[in-house]
Amino acid sequence: MKKLPLSKIDELFKALSAGQKLYIPADDAAGQAKFTVWQEGLALSQKLNTVRSAKDLFFPQVENLVGFKVTGKQIELIESRDPAEPFVLFGVRACDARSFDILDKVFLAEPADTYYKARRENGVVVTMACTRPAETCFCTVFGIDPTEPAGDVSCWMDGESLYWQANTEKGEKLTAGLSMLEDSGEEAVRAQQEKTREILGKLPLKDLNLKGFDGEHMMELFQSPKWASLSESCLGCGTCTFVCPTCQCYDIEEFNTGSEVKRFRCWDSCMYSDFTKMSAGQPRPTQLERFRQRFMHKLVYFPTNNDGMYGCVGCGRCLQKCPISMNIAKVIKTLGEDKK
Amino acid sequence: MQQGLKEKAIQLLKDKTVDRVVGWKAGEFFYDLTPAVFHTPEEIEKDFVFSVFSGANLSKYLIAESRKGGKVAAFLKPCDTYSFQQLLKEHRILRENVYVVGVQCDGTCDIEKIKAAGCDGVTAVREEGDGLVAETLYGEHRMSKKDALLDRCAVCKSHKLVVYDELLGEQGEEQDAGRFAEVEKLERMTPEERYSFWRGELSRCIRCNACRNVCPACSCEKCIFDNPDSGARNKAAADSFEENMFHIIRAFHVASRCTDCGECSRVCPQHIPLHLLNRKFIKDIDELYGEYQAGADMDTKPPLMDFTKGDADPSVVYERGGDKA
Repeated sequence: MKKLPLSKIDELFKALSAGQKLYIPADDAAGQAKFTVWQEGLALSQKLNTVRSAKDLFFPQVENLVGFKVTGKQIELIESRDPAEPFVLFGVRACDARSFDILDKVFLAEPADTYYKARRENGVVVTMACTRPAETCFCTVFGIDPTEPAGDVSCWMDGESLYWQANTEKGEKLTAGLSMLEDSGEEAVRAQQEKTREILGKLPLKDLNLKGFDGEHMMELFQSPKWASLSESCLGCGTCTFVCPTCQCYDIEEFNTGSEVKRFRCWDSCMYSDFTKMSAGQPRPTQLERFRQRFMHKLVYFPTNNDGMYGCVGCGRCLQKCPISMNIAKVIKTLGEDKK
Repeated sequence: MQQGLKEKAIQLLKDKTVDRVVGWKAGEFFYDLTPAVFHTPEEIEKDFVFSVFSGANLSKYLIAESRKGGKVAAFLKPCDTYSFQQLLKEHRILRENVYVVGVQCDGTCDIEKIKAAGCDGVTAVREEGDGLVAETLYGEHRMSKKDALLDRCAVCKSHKLVVYDELLGEQGEEQDAGRFAEVEKLERMTPEERYSFWRGELSRCIRCNACRNVCPACSCEKCIFDNPDSGARNKAAADSFEENMFHIIRAFHVASRCTDCGECSRVCPQHIPLHLLNRKFIKDIDELYGEYQAGADMDTKPPLMDFTKGDADPSVVYERGGDKA
């Protein structure tokens, strides 16, 4: 393990941003944290987490896939993907770090999504251990330890120092160029983890019970009459899906600029009325079916297809941001009542 | 207050005045109430909550609820009654199927403001005198209730319940709490400053559509932006101004029908002060067409949906404009 006095953190950021982009959580004009490109003077946010998740850096809201230009009978293909550039993503929490494993299952399964893959290969993830979890946090329910976050490098921070632990080859390589880091013992980190774990034991959602959310109970859950009341006041907005670190659905559309057809993809939301619309009509005609889809996907379909890995990391963003305060924790509790 | 509302809801269900009740349902925490339909006295007893976190405006739900057969009771706060009446005026709610219980309100709180004031990990809040005491995972924290109010409540336009079948508590009055002060601040900026203010604020938009979907004035069956056949659907912005334009157009679309209920800003996950766009239009309408409050009555026509010979000449826009250079 290595360490650095916090007074030198700008020196570290400067080194990390040499020759590549460095993203750190910084406060925006509304005082909320957002992954922002570091430049001299940008301060690290003290907030627990960013509003938009870290998935944005690997799976952006909108990206161009390819362009087409038609001249007579010739179709010219225009490469329009973003050039893959190396970057460092600093300050990712354990929940978001887990979300990359979930997204990898979707995008890196053969045939791999080359757009996503290029960003994953080019990005170095530096995580940051949590010390002040919020009442809305429940990552531990999914077996995540927020005091021991994954990533290419894991960091811990106290009032005086930053502790740095490389975990992967990429992480080692990044660390090798950082001469300001000094060797350090692990005592301070272990003591901090101990303290944080005491708080984790007090979190109100720590005992969320996922018993029965599996393939065996799929139809029973699908047909539960409780979806009606759970979904009845859903506004059908996309807030939960857009702030979610694991929501990965997208749409591919084409846009005629007049001189070229641009094929792009953009995030889509299963909560939207035109999602899954096809020529035969809309198989999910009301908000009940759309709402059910979102939670069945995360809690039943995804784990059934991925060795029990749930499509939720317990970051709590949907709990904080849903305009009507309906969320996955309420869904788990309401549907889970029948399972105990 | 909460007990009075619960008793009223139970009575209305028991004496068959209504078949169901729209209210706020208890959540996992003390603050995360969800709008809900209650069907039995037992459900009311168990989960109905009215508190400083009952901010959600229930009016828009009545468009659908009033069409589901039977009669529905709704608890509306003063500002909610303006939205309700505006929707009645637009023939969106079937009045005969709704029983409105008007409830007086001292302002509702914004949990995100409470958390931002240093109450992270908050597990309970109690009122003590004029202040709030928050219990958190990290100890107790005190703050004034004023600092915890939703932006719209801090400059509440009216304690008057403009429509109800029954009133719980006292009728109140319209009031001037300076809700245009923030607009005036923007008006005092140079056009460049104002432009950069809005570009900055709107740049945070993630186009989740929460503002549109919660807005009682946005009640089209199918929004043009959701219709793949409209040619106007924009799931992805073609340039960095497109989301900005969405909000500007939406504000125009609801101008003179917007009651200033403030739901758009309450639900914005990115804390964009969207209500300021609407409020600017309200202020302009007041100045150009005479004072007008959408939803305040059933008789008057919204100025932008009416024509009179005294209407402002379009050239007034040029005269009022900022930089003519």
